[in-house]
Amino acid sequence: MIHSISLTVNGARREIELNDPRVTLLDLLRERLQFTGTKKGCDRGQCGACTILVDGKRINSCLALAISHDGAEIVTIEGIARDDQLHPVQAAFIACDGFQCGFCTPGQIMSAIGLMCEDQAGDDPERIREGMSGNLCRCGAYAGIIDAVLEAQASQTEDKQRRSA
Amino acid sequence: MKMFDYVKPATLAEAVAAAAQPGAAYLAAGTNLIDLMKGGVSRPDRLVDITHLPGLDRVEHLADGSVRIGTLVSNAGLAYDTDFAKVYPAVAEALLSGASPQLRNVATVGGNLLQRTRCAYFYDKASRCNKREAGSGCDARDGENRMHAVLGWSENCIATHPSDFCVPLVALDAVVEIEGNSGRRELLLEELHRLPGDAPERDTVLEPGDLIVAVRLPPAARSFAAHARYLKVRERTSYAFAVVSVAATLHVENGKISEARLALGGVAAKPWRARAAEQVLKGTASEAANFREAAHAALAGARPSGDNVFKIELARRVIVRALSLAANGTPARMPALPASPFASNSGALHA
Repeated sequence: MIHSISLTVNGARREIELNDPRVTLLDLLRERLQFTGTKKGCDRGQCGACTILVDGKRINSCLALAISHDGAEIVTIEGIARDDQLHPVQAAFIACDGFQCGFCTPGQIMSAIGLMCEDQAGDDPERIREGMSGNLCRCGAYAGIIDAVLEAQASQTEDKQRRSA
Repeated sequence: MKMFDYVKPATLAEAVAAAAQPGAAYLAAGTNLIDLMKGGVSRPDRLVDITHLPGLDRVEHLADGSVRIGTLVSNAGLAYDTDFAKVYPAVAEALLSGASPQLRNVATVGGNLLQRTRCAYFYDKASRCNKREAGSGCDARDGENRMHAVLGWSENCIATHPSDFCVPLVALDAVVEIEGNSGRRELLLEELHRLPGDAPERDTVLEPGDLIVAVRLPPAARSFAAHARYLKVRERTSYAFAVVSVAATLHVENGKISEARLALGGVAAKPWRARAAEQVLKGTASEAANFREAAHAALAGARPSGDNVFKIELARRVIVRALSLAANGTPARMPALPASPFASNSGALHA
């Protein structure tokens, strides 16, 4: 049986014919829509490499069935830069050396964007560490990752202050 | 993953009818179910997707002072609902001490209650497990079992229920609203989960087709807001299941406890309400000696199920510490490390 769903991926509407209800959002993105920036690490919701935004919230795409997400708005790592201009979180990861091998990085960055939208951690390093605990980095680049989130958070706060001034 | 039929019902009645068929399972966020299906531990023939059913994702503060939490409310949605968290802080703290932010953003109220044990032998299809396959045996009994149950276990199963959320809920007399084949009924959360006995394959008393539609906290649950804590000892600070956890809520007036609620997680196949300990505390001074006496009462029936005798003394100490935290008062802001013994503002007595 074919199930038709529609998704908005990085701003573009996609009509998708699913011939198998078992397909996860992760496999749909990587194998069928060629958005391979989202990584498959553990495939069990433990490592966070597959983190994407669904309707503005960070989730593990490996544990989400695509068929259950008809109408969802999805943002992946491919959708956050504006033309040649990196997203501030991407720029902060480079500036702060927030990675080594890079495999976990798309998930880390999407998770950091989700964390900043949730607005619960502010600029408290302990709250940021706790808020990023769903993303593992086997290279152990955590110090740089937390610095990057702190820097991105600081530049976002500055931006807001400048705009409201 | 085994192939399944996907059903997307338009109404609650259609959902119940579809899920009452043999081999059917409800799908909400799927954060536990999809993982179990990938491993072949759960093999449903049919998934009944309830995520689009209307009216199940609301938190309603009712006129009588109770709160009704729809089954599709997410863990994060509830924990960060400021009106909810200020009245039921131990519930919010428990939610934020569980899983990861990504999982909490989707994992639902109903799914949390009905999540399966994390016993490694349940997950490992090469092992014998009476919960996964009735009558096959229990390899945990003589295996790596330092994390297993110390209360309410049987020779057939020594698994624990992994939920944090359920622990303060059961302390606060939460009620579960269930839609089933014969209409709507209610049950105390304390009566939802079964002890293993000789049928560990049945986690709960639910019948085929039964759908948890909401969890309700009664009016009295509001009254503990000023002295309500959840404390969770785990093998790492974040993103780990409880070795032992405790929800403690108190009425304290002039240094005296007029009422106490106490429940434990990580120690049994269900969230464990410690009523004997509550009786010990009622009417006593809010001080460590009485907390210790209550802790002994709470664990009076405990016995190790393997290499886990340490959990009995650990549970006593976590109770004493959780009670002292609750007596000190609910912190104005959620700790940076919710429910953690390493939280910088704990102010607790060291047991």
